[in-house]
Amino acid sequence: MTATAPQPVRVQVPPRSLRHDLRAVKIVFHREVLRFVSERMRVISSLIQPVLWLLVLGTGLSSLMATGGGDGVDLKTFIFPGVCAMTVMFTAMFSAASIVWDREFGFLREMLVAPVSRGAIVIGKCLGGAFVATAQGVVIVALAGLVGVPYHPALMLTLVGELFLGAFALTAFGVLLAARITNMQSFFAVMQMAMMPMLFLSGALYPLSGLPAWLGVLTKLNPLTYAVDPMRQAVFSRLQLPPELERAFNAGVTWNGWPVPVWLQLLMVAAMGLGLLGLAIVQFRRGD
Amino acid sequence: MATGEPAIAVTGLVKRFGEVTAVQGIDFTVEAGEIFGFLGPNGAGKSTTIGMLCTLLRPTAGSARVAGYDVVRERDDVRRNIGLVFQDPTLDGYLSGEQNLRFHAELYGVPRAALAGRMRQVLEMVGLWERRRDKVNTYSGGMKRRLEIARGLLHSPRVLFLDEPTVGLDPQTRASIWDYIRRLQAAEQITIFMTTHYMEEAEFCDRIAIMDSGKIVALDSPEALKARVGKDRVRLHTDDDRAAIAALKERFGIDADVRDGAVTFSVAGGQEFVPRLFAELGQAIRAVSVARPSLDDVFMSYTGTSIRDAGGSARDWMRVAARRR
Repeated sequence: MTATAPQPVRVQVPPRSLRHDLRAVKIVFHREVLRFVSERMRVISSLIQPVLWLLVLGTGLSSLMATGGGDGVDLKTFIFPGVCAMTVMFTAMFSAASIVWDREFGFLREMLVAPVSRGAIVIGKCLGGAFVATAQGVVIVALAGLVGVPYHPALMLTLVGELFLGAFALTAFGVLLAARITNMQSFFAVMQMAMMPMLFLSGALYPLSGLPAWLGVLTKLNPLTYAVDPMRQAVFSRLQLPPELERAFNAGVTWNGWPVPVWLQLLMVAAMGLGLLGLAIVQFRRGD
Repeated sequence: MATGEPAIAVTGLVKRFGEVTAVQGIDFTVEAGEIFGFLGPNGAGKSTTIGMLCTLLRPTAGSARVAGYDVVRERDDVRRNIGLVFQDPTLDGYLSGEQNLRFHAELYGVPRAALAGRMRQVLEMVGLWERRRDKVNTYSGGMKRRLEIARGLLHSPRVLFLDEPTVGLDPQTRASIWDYIRRLQAAEQITIFMTTHYMEEAEFCDRIAIMDSGKIVALDSPEALKARVGKDRVRLHTDDDRAAIAALKERFGIDADVRDGAVTFSVAGGQEFVPRLFAELGQAIRAVSVARPSLDDVFMSYTGTSIRDAGGSARDWMRVAARRR
């Protein structure tokens, strides 16, 4: 470099507009994906756990069920939607945790001082987290054949769509947590505390029919139940099963005896996702 | 920003955190194109002031205009026109240098058509063009700081805020960062507002404000501040020291004595005094040296502490603790 400084290329930053906010959403989203792809260990490790659940635990418990006289439905088939949901859940939470990470490493500040709406940043983060989580889910969905779920295109699309919806709501929940909890250890502790009961009370790993009353009530209060049930219904709709097995393994969610339709369940998940997103945006705006 | 309008204009700025008043009503103006330095001991209110000017903190009272915009009412306009380099790195180490810049450009809405050229220019300016595709985690501390400076400049801000830009860097890297800062100021004609606790760096500023306990206690060019503090120290080598001392007393009313083999005395405006000395002393002078008061002396006289006590490791500790919170 010499003393003759070249004429600087001046750039003009335009005033804030919807287009600008959309660019911000896109780049925050893009970064989420880039980071995920660059961390191969994270990709691999977040896939190992569900594969273990599905193929090892599923197989082990299947033999137990077979000796117990239950037949007709492979346990692996049964827990398949639950494991898909679980994969997505962990990845979504990890994405949300990256906000806490960003705060600790200062990068959050770079985002928060930009002349862009905080809403755009939060939306980008949630969409990015949901996308990455769904991509993980797709890998598990691709294992369908191994557990006796047919590769029907409509079924695959339905599952992926439902996974995305659930992932979005979960990322929004995580981002909301990350707005308040500014330290990594506490964040993971709270996350663990929220996720484990949610998972166990969701019907991801056991059928919702014939539960004791207290457990039945808890599962109905659990938001994750309404993300898992539509996926199970989608899977079971492709299996030709006798009605009594269908009733035992795919009872669906009922409110006081009324079966909650799938569209309403999905609507609830979507509404919850949007509500959490709104709260997260409010939280991040309050920092001003 | 209309021509002639100051880059930063602050009037009666106050910031209170509960019971504590961190900034107690300060006023100052920074002209466009200046390098303006903020000096002060730890807890003096420098970072709080920068926070308000960067729209990260809302003032309790008073007003501030940056690049011609009000920091409260026209927050986004201010943000579009300032570049920030914080004390602590704010880079994504998992992305490459180029990806970090691209992220910034998209967030600031830099027009795509101009982006490639601008990106190359700022990266070349800080000497990181060759390393642009490497992950930031592989950069040294100095390279990271340079990348942050490049990023702060990417959207052609009118005012660049540098909060302790060279803290934690070795002297050689510090010198090279300063080299970049001065070259950049010449090339981009921007205003630079910085805080530092290295006195030798404060010397590079056009003007300095010394802050203590939330107030600005002095504001002027480094030269003027030093002149105000005190007298320069003049040392003379003469053929007849005794006669020279007598002549100084008689002609100028100055008390001098012999220290370390030289006639030594203090006088205001030492450099201007030397010609008079030669003209009027009436004694042969073999050599003369004039030592200006250092900025350390200035700092000491206004704040009662040495900057070295005020800065240093205790401060770094506090910062780490504050970030963890």
